[in-house]
Amino acid sequence: MDPTARVVLRIENLVKRYRPERPPVLDGPSLTLHEGEYVAIMGESGVGKSTLLNLLAGLDRADAGRIEFDGVELGSLDDDAATLLRRRQMGFVFQAFHVLSYLTVAQNVALPLQLLDVAADQRETRVAAMLAAVGLGGQGDRHPRELSGGELQRVAIARALVHRPRLLLADEPTGNLDPRTAAVVLDLLRTQARNQAGAGILITHSLAAAETADRILVLDGHRLEPLAPVRDNSPRAPMPGAAR
Amino acid sequence: MTFRCWAQLTLAQWRDQPWRTLTTLLAIAVGVALAAAVWFVNTGALAEFGQATRRLVGESDLIVRGPARTGFDESLYPQLARLPGVETASPVLELEVALAERPGTLRLLGIDPFRAGQIQPTLFAELSGEFLDLFAPDAVFLSVAAAHKLGVQPGDRFDIRVGTGRRSLQVLGLLSDDAYPRSLGLMDIASAQWTLDRLGTLNRIDLRLSPGSSPAAIRARLAGLLPAGVQAIEPAIERDRAVSVTRAYRVNLNMLALVSLLTSAFLVFSTQSLSVLRRRTGLALLRALGLTRGELQRALFAEGIALGALGSVLGVLAGHLAAAWLLHRLDGDLGSGQLSVSAAALAPQPLAALAFVLLGTLAASAGAWAPAREAAHRAPAQALKAGDAEPALARLRGGRPGLALLALGALLACLPAIGGIPVFGYLAVAALLLGGVLLAPRVTATLLAHAPRSGHLVLDAGLAQLRGGVGLVTVGLAAVIVSFSLMVAMAIMVFSFRESFVHWLGEVLPADLQLRVAQGSDTGHLEPAQQQTLAALPDFSQVEFRRIVPLWLDPARPAITVIARDFVPGRGPAVLPLLYPVPTDPSLATGSSADAGTDTSTATAVTAAADPATDPSTAALPPLWISEAIVDLYGWQPGEAHELPFAGQRRRFRVAGVFRDYGRSNGALVIERAVYRRLSGDARASEASFWLAPNRSVTAAIETLRQALPGGRDLELLESTQVRELSLRAFDRAFLITYALEAVAVAIGLLGVALAASAAAVARRGEFALLRHVGMLRRQVLAMLAGEGLLTSLIGVIYGLLLGGVLSLVLVYVINRQSFNWSVEFAIPAGQLAAISATLVLAAALTAILSGRAAMSGETVRAVREDW
Repeated sequence: MDPTARVVLRIENLVKRYRPERPPVLDGPSLTLHEGEYVAIMGESGVGKSTLLNLLAGLDRADAGRIEFDGVELGSLDDDAATLLRRRQMGFVFQAFHVLSYLTVAQNVALPLQLLDVAADQRETRVAAMLAAVGLGGQGDRHPRELSGGELQRVAIARALVHRPRLLLADEPTGNLDPRTAAVVLDLLRTQARNQAGAGILITHSLAAAETADRILVLDGHRLEPLAPVRDNSPRAPMPGAAR
Repeated sequence: MTFRCWAQLTLAQWRDQPWRTLTTLLAIAVGVALAAAVWFVNTGALAEFGQATRRLVGESDLIVRGPARTGFDESLYPQLARLPGVETASPVLELEVALAERPGTLRLLGIDPFRAGQIQPTLFAELSGEFLDLFAPDAVFLSVAAAHKLGVQPGDRFDIRVGTGRRSLQVLGLLSDDAYPRSLGLMDIASAQWTLDRLGTLNRIDLRLSPGSSPAAIRARLAGLLPAGVQAIEPAIERDRAVSVTRAYRVNLNMLALVSLLTSAFLVFSTQSLSVLRRRTGLALLRALGLTRGELQRALFAEGIALGALGSVLGVLAGHLAAAWLLHRLDGDLGSGQLSVSAAALAPQPLAALAFVLLGTLAASAGAWAPAREAAHRAPAQALKAGDAEPALARLRGGRPGLALLALGALLACLPAIGGIPVFGYLAVAALLLGGVLLAPRVTATLLAHAPRSGHLVLDAGLAQLRGGVGLVTVGLAAVIVSFSLMVAMAIMVFSFRESFVHWLGEVLPADLQLRVAQGSDTGHLEPAQQQTLAALPDFSQVEFRRIVPLWLDPARPAITVIARDFVPGRGPAVLPLLYPVPTDPSLATGSSADAGTDTSTATAVTAAADPATDPSTAALPPLWISEAIVDLYGWQPGEAHELPFAGQRRRFRVAGVFRDYGRSNGALVIERAVYRRLSGDARASEASFWLAPNRSVTAAIETLRQALPGGRDLELLESTQVRELSLRAFDRAFLITYALEAVAVAIGLLGVALAASAAAVARRGEFALLRHVGMLRRQVLAMLAGEGLLTSLIGVIYGLLLGGVLSLVLVYVINRQSFNWSVEFAIPAGQLAAISATLVLAAALTAILSGRAAMSGETVRAVREDW
């Protein structure tokens, strides 16, 4: 990590609870992400990984704590402002792909550019380039129904990156894919995240997937701890005090 | 979001679901087409009516009118002509003359051509033939419509009936359609008086005033000059009256036509809700990609508007074509029989067309608004997860607003009509309907929660599915609940009306035979000597003669009908379908007050109410019985004393009771004929009832009657059973368009069910495939769907029946009463409703099975994989 790189994302003591009578899903994790950094977040089911991602994207609101994106505090933005920030600066990849079935591949990829009102000729050029980058060159006219799971996820990655976001958020992008396809997709994600985006966060259960990132953090609800490096096959222990 | 982006997404969505889109478009188009067609036909017919009235009114500033059949003495004419401020006075004898050898009447105007030429110049502008030939004693000019109706040309002759005899008239020439678009004959006034046995009598004088003279001032001066029953009317009132006669019927028909549009709005609501639900993850994705809440809401709302606008444009075009066809084929008559026109052309009505496009678009927008708002306010993070459909629809449950609307509806139903139109009644129906629909999810949830488990896996799985998806169920049912409940309400109203009508016919037709000289004519009648001849015939044990004459109580309203009838001694008004007589009235049983009838020509127009039991002067007055319309329109009440003009004198009568009259919604009153004869000097009869003597055959009696009078072949003689049949046939014909409009509304509602079922089946493909994977047989899945369809439609039907029952109370007791001024006894067509309900339930179950089959027709494995 370049210590002189700008901070893209800063999270401080986030708290999120869905029901008042139950313990919070997130209870104080903090994180700083610099430009060009690509981190993986792991954790058991239900520890709040997806909740964290939704909070970062402004899709949900934290009950306490602070999220700063490029110096802007998300909590100070209303829904529209948060949405516009997401539109311009963020890219999303989901486990379930979420590709619109009634649009072609190219139309799906072009959606963020259309929302940003990019001129049609520029849009076409960028979509074609992006599709080529994810290995779907010349397949823009196909419909999602004709694609395999791996291809669908490539479409989703292309869509997440086509508008050159500052932050890429990927939520279990390989959860529905076989290992071979998953490896291809992860490689693509890593490469494209580095080439196109300012920073990236990969949420995953898979250690293999996490290892494609620059660093791996483990979320236990309260803290984001770095995963301790191990040399054998036993589980790695977190490295104390390395969260910040 | 740019328009281009929105258009691309919307069009792609429509292309992806072409049948859903087309069906929604079709539903809106049909709703708009019906509403527009009814409107265009009525306005086309009214335009012709309006033009005809304008031609007859011409340039007159005041119209002096007397009783149509008895008229007034022609000596009034020179008095008015000499009146200061009157520039021209034109004497007129205006009568509906009975035609010979064909049913119906012809409006005939006897005029002074030189005078009338000054007041109605347009009428004479394009007269073909020699103007001066009009002075020939049997000469008549006919409008093109009248010549067409009679099948005659210039030079031909045709017969009319006067009394029971015939008179022959010769057609001299034609008035063009431009001059007068309806059926009309013009005669010289002297010839008309001679030919129609009205010597020395006029019934109308048109006045054109000198420049600077005020019509109001002249009217005030005329008030002291005109005999009782003769009124000076301003042309605007004359024109409006022609339109007001049919207003209630037209408004009712328009409202009924709007039912389809309303159903379409709910169909749009259903389809958009389900569409939004089906696309929930896609829409959440758009939100995740940066589409703001407002942008999403506007985009979805615009989708509904676009559908509405497209459907409405198609609907207006179709409505225009349908209206042109109806005007051409049915002469514009949509059932009332009062708006029949012969030459109405369908003129383009751009403003009305635009209004219907806007109305259709508004209806679709209203349907699309709630789903759009709901989708925009859904948290995208949750919506991105599968299976959040039910929480999303939970917001659509409107318990409190539903109850508030029901209460508002009940309140509105208690308010009176405005200008004879039950505005608040219609609003009450709308409020109750919307309230009922809003309460539907809650009621459905309660019913499903209490539905017992069958112990059968397939059925219980279906029930569990329904319990988990109450929102989905009720969204699908919204359109059918609306259309079915309205249909139930209409069916109850029409059935109640029909039952009351049948009962009424039985009461008013107690005799074996009915004779009518010529229905609706001012010239067909039986002279006193002829009445004696008929009464003396041995075929009959009893004969009752009636004189029917129109009478103006208020120049702004249509004439009421005075029925002077021979009461049977000792029976009195028992032949009337009495609703409430005055309980203490001593003369009710006899009806013999021929010695009364006080001349009160110096009295005020209407006297105050008086209790006949305590006021001897009122009790001594001759009784009259009034129809419900007189109570509603003129505010008369039993026990009160009121005046009627006869032979130029005002006569006081006592209101002895109220009767039901489904024949005349403008009002009727019954007095004893002996009283009428003495007061008016008119001893003629318009119709009669005959009771057969023992062992006499009806056929022989009819033949005897025909031979007893000259022109007996022209008499309308019918057995009472035939009159009943004809009346019921006319009744059913009048409601034919009602049934047709309702059927369309229900068809649209069923379309809504089909769309909902198919959308739900497609959305549940993954579930079906999963069930197949775990070993459920195909037929078991279909049985589960059929069970769900049966149960949901059963709930919808029961709910529709209950809601329709409530709405029918408003229709029967508020809208019907305020529109037509007669009461109806509430009756429920149990068999009809059961048959329709069963059809609807089976159709819904069948739809569910067909949708399920279609949804399962694909590859099972693929369906599971595609559950994204």
